[in-house]
Amino acid sequence: MRFAKFLGAVGFAAALFAAAAPGPARADALETITKAGVLKVAVPQDFPPFGSVGPDLKPLGYDIDTATLIAKELGVKVELVPVTSTNRIPYLTTGKADLVISSLGKNAEREKVIDFSVAYAPFFNGVFGPDNVKADKVDDLAGKAVGVTRGSVEDIELSKVAPASANIRRYEDNNGTISAFLSGQVELIATGNVVAAAILERNPPRKPVSKFLIKNSPCFIGVSKGETALLEKVNAIIAKAKTDGSLDAIAQKWLKAPLPKDL
Amino acid sequence: MAYSFDFPAVFDYTPVLVDGVVLTAALTVVSTVAGVSIGIAGAAARTSGVKALDTAVGVYVEVIRNTPFLVQLFFIFFGLPTLGIRLPEWQAAVLAMVVNLGAYSTEIIRAGIQATPRGLIEAGESLAMTRAEIFRHIVIKPAMKKIWPALSSQIVIVMLGSSVCSQIAAEELTFAANFIQSRNFRPFEVYFVVTALYLGLAVLLRWLLARFGNLVFARRAARA
Repeated sequence: MRFAKFLGAVGFAAALFAAAAPGPARADALETITKAGVLKVAVPQDFPPFGSVGPDLKPLGYDIDTATLIAKELGVKVELVPVTSTNRIPYLTTGKADLVISSLGKNAEREKVIDFSVAYAPFFNGVFGPDNVKADKVDDLAGKAVGVTRGSVEDIELSKVAPASANIRRYEDNNGTISAFLSGQVELIATGNVVAAAILERNPPRKPVSKFLIKNSPCFIGVSKGETALLEKVNAIIAKAKTDGSLDAIAQKWLKAPLPKDL
Repeated sequence: MAYSFDFPAVFDYTPVLVDGVVLTAALTVVSTVAGVSIGIAGAAARTSGVKALDTAVGVYVEVIRNTPFLVQLFFIFFGLPTLGIRLPEWQAAVLAMVVNLGAYSTEIIRAGIQATPRGLIEAGESLAMTRAEIFRHIVIKPAMKKIWPALSSQIVIVMLGSSVCSQIAAEELTFAANFIQSRNFRPFEVYFVVTALYLGLAVLLRWLLARFGNLVFARRAARA
């Protein structure tokens, strides 16, 4: 009798433990989301154009639009959870968010902790310039003036691969690089696609259009480890959004450039 | 102090430093010659007695002396292309330095000219010398001798001020320093070396200017 009681207590404790344990042991996340009718998405609010706070204090940006799109496809309401770049993964692993759509790049360290969807947003350093300047590859930079912010990733990478006759002009900060491009002091600029989007936002007479990539690290959606059903559903939604043009519309809206074909 | 210096990390970039010193020196020489020439012409205009000339040069001097050099440089480099005048960075740097030194040296040289004793000019007039002859033979040389130390200082200031031209990607000495420290992350060593180079350049420049002053003005003054 006493032994049975002990067994019962152990069983109860084990059941409690199992219920509290995170990860694969808990109920299927996709089912939970559908049942609750709410998709909790961790989004940035300090990283335009991916996520920032609008004049009405509501978050807006590429990531927010993507979150809304996915929630709509799932047939649930979206609940935006503002995060910073340091706490966005902990928010996912502790279950405070179902998805992280927060301009998240993929690397081996992060893949140990969470799963990644297919890429949903372009994020790259590249060479940009007006339509009438031809530069499809790094060798085309020969004899051309290229503006770059000194010490940036673009500067270091481009300095390694650019032909000797390329005239790399190194400016003190992004503003100097942008001014040099806009005033025509340099034909091309090497910078991030987000910076190029910020320039295009102001609709200048000289438009920085993407010429070629220097370093590519697209953004992925983070999903809790082992949630295969949810991950597959998200991937299907992104794939559909890529073909039906709805993701391209988001890219045009926030990055002022079409979605790269290889994304 | 547990900081361990790593100077070889800087000397790996010696060619960049040499290029920087050369461009800084070139900028200084060109802007000194052109700037002091403008200064002499400007001072002559201000003391000519022609009201319109005096006012025009006065406006130039006051505009330049009362605005920051960096803003003047940005105006030329980033602003003028809008009007269709696109100067590459070293031309923009030279132009900004010439215009700047021109304004300051106009005022310095004018002070020297106005310190010319009235009697000397009257002596020239009584010998039937023209205004140009009086300016050339009587006024300008003693004036230059008087203000030479002040002008030398201004030239050194312009040389040191050329460091600002790194902001428009002119690859002078400060650009070299910024470039190197963005590659080897050794700012202390880099600025240590570059500070020493500027000090050396400035001392050398002062010495050269003093020699030049002695050679050109001292003998004449002794005879005068």
